Amino acid sequence: MTVYLVRRLIQALFVVLAMSLIVFIGVYAIGDPVEILISPDADQIERERAIRALGLDLPLWQQYLVFLTNALQGDLGRSFVFNEPALRLILQRMPATLELAFGATFLALLIGLPLGLYAGLRPNSPASKTIMAGSILGFSLPTFWVGLMLIMVFAVQLGWLPSTGRGETCSVLGFIGITPCSSGVQWSFLTTDGLAHMVMPAINLALFKISLVIRLTRAGVRETMLMDYVKFARAKGLSPARVTFVHVFKNILIPVVTVVGLELGSTIAFSVVTESVFAWPGMGKLIIDSINVLDRPVIVAYLMIIVLMFITINLVVDLTYSLLDPRVRLENKGT
Amino acid sequence: MSQSAIGEAAPAAPRKDKVETPFRRFVSEFAESKVALLGLVVFAIIAIIAILAPWIAPQNPYDLAQLDIMDGRLEPGSRNGSDTFNYLLGTDDQGRDMLSGIMYGLRISLTVGAGSALIACIVGASLGLLAAYVGKRTDTVIMRLVDLQLSFPSILVALMILAFLGKGVMNVVIALVIVEWAYYARTVRGTALVERRREYIEAAQCLALPTHRIMFRHLLPNCLPPLIVIATMQVARAIALEATLSFLGLGVPITEPSLGLLIANGYEYMLSGKYWISFYPGIALLVTIVSINLMGDQLRDVLNPRLKK
Amino acid sequence: MKRNLRRPKAAAIAIAATGLALAAGHARAQTATIAVGAPVTSLDPHYHQLSPNNAVSDTIFDRLVNTDARARQIPGLATEWRVVEPTVWEFKLRPNVRFQNGNAFTAEDVAFTIGRLPNVPNSPSSYAAYARPIERIEIVDPLTIRFHTREPYPLLPLDMTNVRIIDKETAESATTEDFNSLRAAIGTGPYRAVSHRNGDRIEFERFDGYWGDRAPFQRVNYRMITNDAARTAALLAGDVDLIDQVPTSDLAKLRADNRVHLSETTGLRLIFLGLDHLRQANESSPFITDNDGKPLGRNPLQDVRVRRALSMAIDRRAIVDRIMEGAATPANQFLPEGVFGFVADLPAPAYDPDGAKRLLAEAGYPNGFRIQLNGPNDRYINDSRIIQAVGQMWTRIGVRTAVEAQPWTTFVGRAGRSEYSAFLIGWGSNPDGSHPLRNIMATVNRDRGWGASNRGRYSNPQVDALLLQSLSEMDEAKREQQVIEGMRIAMTDVGVIPLHIQTNIWAARRGFEHTPRNDELTRAQDLRPAAR
Repeated sequence: MTVYLVRRLIQALFVVLAMSLIVFIGVYAIGDPVEILISPDADQIERERAIRALGLDLPLWQQYLVFLTNALQGDLGRSFVFNEPALRLILQRMPATLELAFGATFLALLIGLPLGLYAGLRPNSPASKTIMAGSILGFSLPTFWVGLMLIMVFAVQLGWLPSTGRGETCSVLGFIGITPCSSGVQWSFLTTDGLAHMVMPAINLALFKISLVIRLTRAGVRETMLMDYVKFARAKGLSPARVTFVHVFKNILIPVVTVVGLELGSTIAFSVVTESVFAWPGMGKLIIDSINVLDRPVIVAYLMIIVLMFITINLVVDLTYSLLDPRVRLENKGT
Repeated sequence: MSQSAIGEAAPAAPRKDKVETPFRRFVSEFAESKVALLGLVVFAIIAIIAILAPWIAPQNPYDLAQLDIMDGRLEPGSRNGSDTFNYLLGTDDQGRDMLSGIMYGLRISLTVGAGSALIACIVGASLGLLAAYVGKRTDTVIMRLVDLQLSFPSILVALMILAFLGKGVMNVVIALVIVEWAYYARTVRGTALVERRREYIEAAQCLALPTHRIMFRHLLPNCLPPLIVIATMQVARAIALEATLSFLGLGVPITEPSLGLLIANGYEYMLSGKYWISFYPGIALLVTIVSINLMGDQLRDVLNPRLKK
Repeated sequence: MKRNLRRPKAAAIAIAATGLALAAGHARAQTATIAVGAPVTSLDPHYHQLSPNNAVSDTIFDRLVNTDARARQIPGLATEWRVVEPTVWEFKLRPNVRFQNGNAFTAEDVAFTIGRLPNVPNSPSSYAAYARPIERIEIVDPLTIRFHTREPYPLLPLDMTNVRIIDKETAESATTEDFNSLRAAIGTGPYRAVSHRNGDRIEFERFDGYWGDRAPFQRVNYRMITNDAARTAALLAGDVDLIDQVPTSDLAKLRADNRVHLSETTGLRLIFLGLDHLRQANESSPFITDNDGKPLGRNPLQDVRVRRALSMAIDRRAIVDRIMEGAATPANQFLPEGVFGFVADLPAPAYDPDGAKRLLAEAGYPNGFRIQLNGPNDRYINDSRIIQAVGQMWTRIGVRTAVEAQPWTTFVGRAGRSEYSAFLIGWGSNPDGSHPLRNIMATVNRDRGWGASNRGRYSNPQVDALLLQSLSEMDEAKREQQVIEGMRIAMTDVGVIPLHIQTNIWAARRGFEHTPRNDELTRAQDLRPAAR
């Protein structure tokens, strides 16, 4: 087990290294950050100064070496745009995105699993068919469009929910009353106002996931119900509930866990559209803004963090496999 | 959706015709579901419209000479400026006939959506199978590539493709394939890891069958159900992702709008009541995706070896 | 007794009740929320030259020379300024001005500020250019300061409208981060910043010691909502009181909605088409071919008749009406009427497709040619729609036009390297004709700092000569004549094809009144409760 983890760690380092290299080359190919950031009336002397100030006057490989040297000392560079450490910028935005992503995933499981189970157990009932047809809506409409419709209906027309933004926040310690609300990491799910602001973006993000979970669950249930061991369990006279929740449920979890894991990851990393439609100050908005102005230090740092996160998620998923299904043995992989 | 109930799949009604080729069996099983047939018919109509668009559309929406901004944002049913035909579904801001735009847009969206999903599926599923079956180094390399790819934002991929290859429909397909293959690889590998430990694979291995045969004839069919779920959804997702890229200005060329780009263009007019610019392309997109998924649902059940033991 | 006691008590209750009601009404009017479309990147007024940053800086800080809503120079921290000698400008400073931390404002602060401009580390677009003409600063007394320039420099007051004055004591060793964390963000402006969440929101509070008119609100929330539709929706939902950059697609609806009203003014930003002047008459331009798609072997854009034809073929009125929903003015020069350097007798070219065809035939292209028109799709209002419309119009005179739009990120670099034959771009001018002349129309010249945004590489010795004279002409009337003449020559030669000048539009909820500015800045002090 330890050997396995160490090996994965070493692999992770290589992946992160590869990521930083690709981003360096990619951003270099896309365009020149100075052209984008500089005031249009800056003269040539000023442009040259800016290029030097951002360290872009060196050949690309030297820029990369400088970056690596600094990275080894824990410095991932300063944002070209904000002149603040890239890492700090990202960490500042992280809580907003995390709570949104977990909120959406939670919604997806909460709604998707029961509906999927039902549709799988009673595939021919009208309700199941409605569920399945409805689930198609969840992934066929573009996110930005649904987002605006939500705002139009629930904020503009009905006035039930705030239209955009993050609302009031509070820290966990502040919530329990130990410290003032404003000190520490800020979460909006701890205040009513914050929760109200979260509802629409979370639903917007969750729609696709709900459909996905419904469909995966249904497919899994339908298949598992035909398995010998399920038939055997039923024959043995176990209660339908026990059959469903112990025998069937455990088996359908593998694809669900895989996909939900991935989805959680990509939601954390790239809820770009939802965050910009709802003006949610999270990492997704940061990365799209950074890409638009080619703020390389932020892009590199961000993607390095994200790749680490995905590696971790995938590791957890792999470990979950072996917990859920003893037939998958860790030793057989990655050796 | 699917009509084949659990009970039905049990002693599968032995209809031993003279020649029961796998294809015939497939067709007859597929046809068991009326809804799936409906999906097929609708999809066929859509495909025909898309293919015949240049001959049946009232206007060539890609030819700037045929557009006139003076005809911009006309309501459905308005007469065109040169008094030759009616804009049945209205026009967009460039004076593009929405009906023609949708017909041509279907072509682009289907090419982009289905094309990228198919290529990504083949590439991703093969790599996923390979990783699960061969294991060891191969697995490591492929899965770390997956990690890398999953962490790479589609916007950045699209921008890099734009910088390297320029604008164009094919380049959007390439970008989408690069973005999507990892999902397939990851899903297939997950299932295949479980399957390869099952008895039938061990049996096949004992028979010393060639690796590729075991992988594609034995392992793959058993990994299909989740794969098809993902694939039918990914067609939809690819089309939606293309719409999102267009929304961000990274999609297909503006003079060759896909459904997604039409929706993204009309999106800005949603607040001002000019609903038709994004509503009708939206409906077209929805119908297309629903029909694909109706077929996909049945396909999944038919192709699932375990549902017809 | 009892009766006597009772009455005052009832009265007191009544008074208290009205008082409460008043207080409630008052509290509502005391706070305003503004949503802007472009994110502010820093509260350091000298870190990044960017309109959103300047708007916020203007709220917290002051300039020696302020500008009014029409971009005219008005006294700011300086009450008057004059030319002492051709190379010496003297500024009299406003007495009794205090910074938001209580420090007095003096000439030392001005000298310190000018000294800081070139020394802001890591700045991606600094304000150093405004310090460069100044050779020496002389503090005559605490309220008089003289700038000695290397050469006669008429633009110094204009430059000073771009420099926000900071407090020497607070900012002596302050970094950009100190400004962002608000420690050093101390100015003399009408509001002070009390909280700042990067790229999300800034909260302002009234500065009661402000030297000018008292700020109308106790608190102003300044939010950044970059998505156009979401910004409009936030206004309609009543979550914000003012939005800027109102999308043209929402104009019709908002005009009809009596919950909101628009404030608009002609801006200083021209949208125009740049043309390839880099390739000589006998070279092929990269995106121009003959009608069969083969290289042409010559650059038709070197012929002024072709350039004029392309300009005449554009129906500017149609673009303004149909694409811009009226939110622009057709133009044939960089500045709107009333701004220094406006050329009075240079109206927008009339739409004349037949004349354009004749000119093309005269120039040797009776059947036209093929061209690709490039442009950004995320930079200017309706940019990708405009190039499609121009494509339609050019195609109609026989110049078959392909249109390609891409994000600014990839577009601007290629445009800067003159890789395009024709491209759409915009220019937001300082309110002085020499500004676009020097940056866009002048021959590219590193030593003079000219033509930095001359992406088509236009070059005309007559224009250059007039510009050179004007840049050291201390007589304003003569200087304006030189600028006007230079602009007239460049525009008659169709160095670029101007399309329209954008109208800047804000929308406010009823009960709020906003003064629109032609420099596009959205500033907290321009919003007031509506007078009833």
